[in-house]
Amino acid sequence: MTQSVVVQVGQCGNQVGCRFWDLALREHSHVNKKGIYDEALSSFFRNVDSRRSVGGSCDITGGRIQSLKARAVLVDMEEGVVNEILQGPLRELFDTTQLITDVSGSGNNWAVGHWTYGSAYREQIVDQLRRAAEHCDCLQCFFLIHSMGGGTGSGLGTCVLKLLEEEFPEVCRIVTSVYPSAEDDVVTSPYNSVLAMRELTEHADCVLPVENQSLVDIVNKIKHMSHSGKPGSVIKKDSAIISGQGGVSGAEKPFDAMNNIIANLLLNITSSARFEGSLNMDLNEIAMNLVPFPRLHYLVPSLTPLYTLADVNIPTRRLDQMFTDAFSKDHQLIRADPKHSLYLACALMVRGNVQVSDLRRNIERLKPMLPFVSWNQEGWKTGLCSVPPVGHSHSLLALANNTCVKSTFMELRDRFTKLYRKKAHMHHYLHVDGMEQGCFTEAISSLSSLIEEYSQLDATKDRLMPDAARLNIAT
Amino acid sequence: MSIVTVQLGQCGNQVGQELFEVISNDANDTQRKVYSECSSERFFNETANRELVARSVLIDMEPKVISQSIAKTGKSGKWRYGDRSHFSQKQGSGNNWANGYCVHGPRHEEVVMDIVRREVEHCDCLAGIVAMMSVAGGTGSGVGTYVTQCLRDTYPNSFILNHLTWPYGTGEVIVQNYNSVLTLSHLYQLSDAILVHENDTVHKICAQLMNIKHISFRDVNKVIAHQLGSVLQPALTGDSHGIYNRNPIGELMSSLVCHPEYKLLSVCNIPQVSSSSMAYSMFTWPGLLKHLRQMLIANSKMEEGIDWQVRAPSFQPEGTERTGSHRRPGFNTSLANLLILRGKDVNDAEISGFQHPSLYTPWLPADEAFSMWKTPVPFNKYEKSAILVSNSQTLLRPLDNMVGKAWNMFASRAYIHQYTKFGISEEDFLDSFTSLEQVISSYSQL
Repeated sequence: MTQSVVVQVGQCGNQVGCRFWDLALREHSHVNKKGIYDEALSSFFRNVDSRRSVGGSCDITGGRIQSLKARAVLVDMEEGVVNEILQGPLRELFDTTQLITDVSGSGNNWAVGHWTYGSAYREQIVDQLRRAAEHCDCLQCFFLIHSMGGGTGSGLGTCVLKLLEEEFPEVCRIVTSVYPSAEDDVVTSPYNSVLAMRELTEHADCVLPVENQSLVDIVNKIKHMSHSGKPGSVIKKDSAIISGQGGVSGAEKPFDAMNNIIANLLLNITSSARFEGSLNMDLNEIAMNLVPFPRLHYLVPSLTPLYTLADVNIPTRRLDQMFTDAFSKDHQLIRADPKHSLYLACALMVRGNVQVSDLRRNIERLKPMLPFVSWNQEGWKTGLCSVPPVGHSHSLLALANNTCVKSTFMELRDRFTKLYRKKAHMHHYLHVDGMEQGCFTEAISSLSSLIEEYSQLDATKDRLMPDAARLNIAT
Repeated sequence: MSIVTVQLGQCGNQVGQELFEVISNDANDTQRKVYSECSSERFFNETANRELVARSVLIDMEPKVISQSIAKTGKSGKWRYGDRSHFSQKQGSGNNWANGYCVHGPRHEEVVMDIVRREVEHCDCLAGIVAMMSVAGGTGSGVGTYVTQCLRDTYPNSFILNHLTWPYGTGEVIVQNYNSVLTLSHLYQLSDAILVHENDTVHKICAQLMNIKHISFRDVNKVIAHQLGSVLQPALTGDSHGIYNRNPIGELMSSLVCHPEYKLLSVCNIPQVSSSSMAYSMFTWPGLLKHLRQMLIANSKMEEGIDWQVRAPSFQPEGTERTGSHRRPGFNTSLANLLILRGKDVNDAEISGFQHPSLYTPWLPADEAFSMWKTPVPFNKYEKSAILVSNSQTLLRPLDNMVGKAWNMFASRAYIHQYTKFGISEEDFLDSFTSLEQVISSYSQL
């Protein structure tokens, strides 16, 4: 069984991370009734004997759970969010050594996050990462959670990403990035995002982009559903993907609903690595199957179902509906419509009581509606995990490597260009030690060439590509 | 003589476990003591406390599947796996053939071969090694190929039969065609024979013949195990002189694999019905054999949907040159066939339909091309079963499709960076493609 370490950077990263740990505990306590520290738990948690002195932990598998510590490193350049975590019900999960904070924040400035704090805290960060890695028997993956629009998550987060590549080149790096919406209130978010994009393209193995606007839409959809008062539309308790109920934390805070969605995304991606199933899908298989070319590693996530209706008399046509929904525009976590763009590859991770025949039937059914690139007509990667998430009997996570991300990137580029043309706010960046004009030009050109790669693939979309000529064998 | 199985990767281990279940049930079921003992000796080692321990080595790069298998069989009480006959690691091969073959294989070679050696030493006399794996993933395919190479090096005089499970055509793993091409091209040099089951075919059998509504991998694996078991269980052969054959794998090879260019074998087993219909079904040998023969020449894998229009060309008189006239569209030409009959009144079965020269390629005399084994002991609750193991053009189309898709993907160099980073270069890919095109060409010209 492998372990993963979560690195949460910046305000958004830590808030999402917090929801993740809460929901992870909820999921494991649901499954693990006997309180035994099993392999599944060990993928994200250490079992520590708190009687021993600090630094002397004993990770005994198979023993009873004593004190769980999250395999995490929390980084933030202002203390507000991390302090809240430390005062909240999850405080026991974190050792003070796992936290790296400063006081004044990055001022929404990527350069400050990346260069100033990046160099100042480099040693400390590497230390903590190494420590976390040493506690792992077999470290498979780093999950980095951050936002793109701010200063810390975006700047320092991508600096951490570079460090991860340098120090642990063999460990997979899966980055969950929250992209700003067009109506974002941070004026410099386009700069921050584009500067961060370059790092993601160069140093991440996979990126799961998430847009705030999509999360808002999903939250509204669910709230609308639950308040509509239609008969048969009562949502089963705890089952909504935005619900944190049943977790450790108490009342829900404003962004909690949206962050729960991302937390659920992470739980579902790792489900097959943690629990058993008839067709296991490990984390390293995700990058292997979904990334045909090294730079095109942006995977659009979609989660279904969003909630389970409390009425158990709903027939199991629901199962097929779940597959259809995964490809609908409303369920994607970025504002894009994959059905009308080109699929390079698609992964379906199913949890719960679903058999291979259901999976096959749905793939057959949906295939004709989804355009796949000519050399990957059957580009489906499937995984079946038998343990369903809390509150559902089955669920589906679809990860699509689809050219529809191009539109998100193009919008980003447009917003960047609007500011860059006027050189607006640039002095804040150029004042920072280590930052130069060249960083901007490199970043935008990296983004442009990425968009170009996606466009070239898109161009093949409706053309009938001939099969490559086969080798001729002398007989 | 005993057979040692090596179960590799998730598929190999899941199918292997079902195989031992089938064999153990079949052997326990029967009233015939000699058959039972022969079967037990072949597949199990009896310990001092009268326990049956499977002669099997379980290998996987991640622990979940093996621990489940061992737990499950431990509970059944009928048989179990050896305590030290398994090897697993923490992190899988990531569906990457190169990772399995270049990294995991060599890294764990010593430990794995140690376990195999121990298992082989428990055998009084080794009949052969059956390696079970899938071709789509990373461990079964990559590590499996490496282990087969080690087996070949360590036991140069033993028979090695590779049992492969080919994935569903519409993807289970996106890079499955690459992994399959790399596996097959290497195994062709290392293995004595390659027995193939395709998930698509078995799935259809489950759906149409056995009427299973929600087909799970367990159902698929049970059918594969049933078919494989029916080939490997004891039988009386031409050479065995009235007792159960002592050299099943060797005889399988000599009957079917007469030329190193032709190693692909497929299995048909009829009848296959759901357990609920079994009580109401009556089968006769003429009926079964007629269907089986047509299934062979029309390339159908099931008793339903057989194309009866496909016919063997009419017999040509002695002395005339047999040309490619038998290469009619839709007609499946065989290189060699092995017919195994198990059950009641087996001596009454009329098998001349399978000996007709028109079924076979012209450059092999028909009487060399056909062999038969039989036993009056029924297999796995079926009063009569007829099994055909054939070396024919059956797998030509699926193989061609697989190579075609892999080649298309290779033309755009998609995913290649995932392989080169572990040591498999574009050259290696080209070599593999070339070998398989050669195999396709050979089979096309049968």
